[in-house]
Amino acid sequence: MAEKTYLEAIRDALFEEMGRDPAVFIMGEDARCNFFGTTSGIIEAYGLERILDCPIAEAGITGVAAGAAMVGMRPVVDFTIAPFLYPAMDQICSIVAKSRYLYGGQAKVPLVLRANMIYGNGGAAQHSDRPYPMFMSMPGLKIMVPSNPYDMKGLLKTAIRDDDPVMSFEDANLWSMKSEIPDADYAIPFGQAAIKRTGNDCTVVAIGAMVTLAMEAAALMEAEGVSVEVIDPRTLVPLDMPTILESVAKTGRLVLVDVAWERCSAADHISAVVSEEGFWDLRAPIMKVCTENTHIPFNTAVERQLYPSCDRIVAAIRKTLA
Amino acid sequence: MKVNLAKADLTEMYARMSRIRAFENAAMDMHAKGEIMGALHTSHGQEGEIVGACMALNRDDYMVGNHRSHGHPIGKGAALRGLMAELLGKSTGVCGGKGGSMHLADFSVGSLGETSIVGSGIPVAAGAALGARMQGLDRVSLCFFGDGATSEGAFHEGVNMAAVWHLPVIFLCENNGYGITTSLSSVTLVTDIAKKAAAYGIPGVIVDGQDVLAVHDAVQTAVQRARRGEGPTLVEAKTYRYEEHAANMGRDFGYRAETEIAEWRKRDPLRLFRERLSGDFGFSEDELAATEKAALAAVDDAVAFARRSPAPFAQSAFTDVFA
Repeated sequence: MAEKTYLEAIRDALFEEMGRDPAVFIMGEDARCNFFGTTSGIIEAYGLERILDCPIAEAGITGVAAGAAMVGMRPVVDFTIAPFLYPAMDQICSIVAKSRYLYGGQAKVPLVLRANMIYGNGGAAQHSDRPYPMFMSMPGLKIMVPSNPYDMKGLLKTAIRDDDPVMSFEDANLWSMKSEIPDADYAIPFGQAAIKRTGNDCTVVAIGAMVTLAMEAAALMEAEGVSVEVIDPRTLVPLDMPTILESVAKTGRLVLVDVAWERCSAADHISAVVSEEGFWDLRAPIMKVCTENTHIPFNTAVERQLYPSCDRIVAAIRKTLA
Repeated sequence: MKVNLAKADLTEMYARMSRIRAFENAAMDMHAKGEIMGALHTSHGQEGEIVGACMALNRDDYMVGNHRSHGHPIGKGAALRGLMAELLGKSTGVCGGKGGSMHLADFSVGSLGETSIVGSGIPVAAGAALGARMQGLDRVSLCFFGDGATSEGAFHEGVNMAAVWHLPVIFLCENNGYGITTSLSSVTLVTDIAKKAAAYGIPGVIVDGQDVLAVHDAVQTAVQRARRGEGPTLVEAKTYRYEEHAANMGRDFGYRAETEIAEWRKRDPLRLFRERLSGDFGFSEDELAATEKAALAAVDDAVAFARRSPAPFAQSAFTDVFA
């Protein structure tokens, strides 16, 4: 066991998978310069051939990655930040997501699209997006949103080994977070939620970095004698609804914490499924704690009020108990 | 131009061109009768550039195409049964009835798929070439796209990446002069697409798309360059489509004169090649007629196979989304 940060977990997953499988390689803008620290030692170990600095051409990069994947490679594309996915939308939605289906299973597109979500520090409206829910509605894309270094490493390994395209949304606010990480190889299967703490009075489903906030809120509520169960879905496609529904059946209350915009968020989707399939277990309306439906302003004081906070989660839990 | 093709190769060229023409004639009939659903984009008039380019490749080389999708896999050597069954949406189609006319693919002959968002296949073809090179395989990647696609960002991004990485790609622009009803000259000042190659530092070649041998020669040169590791070439085939953008669109859109179509029909690629085969290469009338007859028979067989094939199961809508 060793203590590793979230960024080190990403680096270790990439490094180890490149060692395990010669088909794995990295593409991205400024990939070689180790911009965020996720590619330390990779050039030295594997050479320049397996880490490609690309032109600023997100659609081109994604299409090239898809073509390479279709002939047997396993590219991992570093998008730097999540809004850079938008210039690549055509390739992501029309090529990456659909090629296996469109060609009747002849094509296999095993690639990973990694996108950092850097927000809360004055990135302003074009650099602060958390857009994973947009991609949840497109069939053919698997989506992971890791909440800690241990999961980051284990999920990224699964993503790289997966024969389908995977989008990895990585919260930069977790970059310095540390976890104990086993020395031995491990991978975390997709579609298995983690129950971060058990409780009987209210279920809180929190996504990505929101798990930390939810755990803080749960600790505060415990002091008041309220027992909160915190669930981290870990992957949104596939989504472990049975674990969430089972928890709601026990607690009768549900709060969803999602740093995406509220409208058509992952929280909205989970809320809708629980409304349909777990309605008679509910003892109170489902509450959502999401980012407000507006653009992200530059001024950080104005910005930060828009995101979910521990206070807002506590208020939502209280409301379900009222 | 010295032709370095064996008689068997010339025969195969004429056979593939004849198969494309016969296949699309049959498809248009079935589309008019409602037997084929969706849009049907035919390549009548473009068979020379398709086959000339494909015949410069090996079977295991890669190919990516576009919505005008039937000719490319036939040109690459795909069997007709699975292609026709796909047009009819049958379970025996190359894509199991999921892709249809715009999205034919036959991975067994290197046909990695026809994609119907204009320009979207260009970076994919570059990626297939990158993958082949990383795996140490001596394979090139041929990418077909129309003149309209060169206005897309994907063209710029894909060609630039292939160029800067010296990838073994042949970018084959099928310049038929129109994007649906819009003339090329109304959307770009550079109507010789090959000139755009200069922007990427790669060779750009203009070739008569109605002359299958000229196209073959140009693409063969590009393939040799690609195999030497010297990078991609942009080959522009000047060609023409006789039919509307999609078959049976039902009216004259008035964007081109009948006389223009008639002029191009005089330079029909099948007829031009037939004349050369008998005039310059000593093919007998019997040999040529036999090739044409075989193409018609292969299409008849494919149509019969497609018609008797079962429809996909309803549950097939949910397969192949994920592995």
